[in-house]
Amino acid sequence: MAEVNTGKGGAPTLDMTPMVDLAFLLVTFFMLTATSRVTEPVVVDTPSSNQDKLLPENVIVVSVDARGRSFFTVNNPEVRKNTLDRMGKQYNITFTEEEKKKFGGMSSIGVDIKQLKQYINMSDADRVAADRKAGGIPLDSVDNQLGNWIQFARIAERTQAKEQKERAERLGREFKDKPLRFAIKADSKTNFLQVKDVIKVFTKKEIFIFNLITNLEQTAKKE
Amino acid sequence: MAEVNTGGGGGGGKHAKKRAKKSSTRIDMTPMVDLAFLLLTFFVLTSTFSKPKVMEIPFPKDVDDHTKDTKVNNAVTFILTKDDGVYYYNGQFYPPDNKDGKPATTLTKTNWGPEGVHKLLLDRNKRTIDAIKKLEERRLNKEISDTTYQRLAIAEQGRRGDPSKGVEAALTVLIKTDDKAVYKNVVDLIDEIKVANIGIYAVVDMMPKELELLNAANK
Repeated sequence: MAEVNTGKGGAPTLDMTPMVDLAFLLVTFFMLTATSRVTEPVVVDTPSSNQDKLLPENVIVVSVDARGRSFFTVNNPEVRKNTLDRMGKQYNITFTEEEKKKFGGMSSIGVDIKQLKQYINMSDADRVAADRKAGGIPLDSVDNQLGNWIQFARIAERTQAKEQKERAERLGREFKDKPLRFAIKADSKTNFLQVKDVIKVFTKKEIFIFNLITNLEQTAKKE
Repeated sequence: MAEVNTGGGGGGGKHAKKRAKKSSTRIDMTPMVDLAFLLLTFFVLTSTFSKPKVMEIPFPKDVDDHTKDTKVNNAVTFILTKDDGVYYYNGQFYPPDNKDGKPATTLTKTNWGPEGVHKLLLDRNKRTIDAIKKLEERRLNKEISDTTYQRLAIAEQGRRGDPSKGVEAALTVLIKTDDKAVYKNVVDLIDEIKVANIGIYAVVDMMPKELELLNAANK
C-alpha cells in the first residue's frame, strides 16, 4: 500500500499512483452519472432575472429563438411517444415503432409535421443542418400545429399520470402527482410580438399560468 | 518533473555496481493528480450549473382585449420600445381633446438603471412594500404561519384602497410593447415588478392613440 519513504537522505516521498487511480475513478463516475444533455437543435440565449425558482421536472417547453422560430418539447419519453401518435392520427401520418422510439429520445423539434417523419429518420449530422434551415413549428390560425402539440401532450401526460396512479394504488404505494407545467424559453433578442403569439396559443388552450425561463442574474445588491 | 532514471533506480546512482541494464522508471505523479482533481472539480461544478431558473408569470384571460376600459385605481402603464427604450404614464390614458376635459397624457421617459424603473416602482408601491415587510417580520417572529403570510401578502398586493380613509390601492402595472421591443425588455420589467412586490400586472395591446404618442416621443 502506501509506503512513506523516509530516512534515505532527504525529504520523505509518497507514492502517488493510487491517488491518481482514485482521481480518475471519481472523474469517470461523475462523467457517467451526469445526465447527458441531448443536443438542443437551437441555441437560445435567455435573458437574466432575479427570480430563482427552479424549473419543474414535468414541463412542456416552447422555445423561441432570436429569429422567432418556435420549438416544442416535453420532458417525458413516454409522453412524447404518445403525443407523436396522436399528432399522427390528427394529420393522417403513420409513424413506425422505430420512429416513435427515436422521437422519444430527442429533445426540441421545430419542423412542420409533414417533414417530421423525414426529420426523425435523418442521421445526426444531417439533422444539425436541417435544424438550421427549419422554419419552426407553425402557429398561425389556419394551421395551429403548436396548439395541437400542446393539447395532445397534455392529454398524453394526464393519461400517463392516471395509469401511474392506478398502478401505485394497486401496489399500495403512494403516488405524488406532479401537475404538468408550461414554460416559454425565448431568446433575449426575440421580438416580443412573436413571444406574444406563443402566449396567445397557450391562452387559446385555456392555459393562463406559465413560466418564463431565465438564467440567474449576477447583480450587485439592490436596495 | 518526470524523470526517467536508468541503471539502478533514483538515488542509486552513487552505487555504480555492474548490473544488467535494468531500466526502472519512476515518474513523479503529482502533476497528474493535480490534473485529475481539476477535471473532477470541473465536472462536478458544471453538472450543477445547468439548471435553468424560471419566473412564474400568470397572464390575464383577455390578453388581446385592449378595448376593455380597465377601471384603474392606481396604475402605471409602461411602454417598451426599440433599443431598450421605456416610457411610462400614470393612471388612465387621456388623449388630447378628451371629453372628460382632463389634460392629455404625456409619456415620461425612464431607464433601466437603479434610478429609473426600479426606483419608480419602489416609490409608487411603497405602502404595499412596507405592509409586506411587516408581515414578513411577523412571520419570522412566528406570530403568523407561512400560509397566513402568503394569503395576507397576496391580499395586500390586491388591495382596493379606500380614498375616504386616505388608503391608496396597491399599484398595478400594464405592460405594452410596440413592434420593436424585444423579449429581454419584458422580462426585465417583470423582474422589477416582482422585486417591487406588485401582484397585479398584465401584458396588453397598445391603443392607436398611445402608438401616436410613442412615435412622436421616439423621434
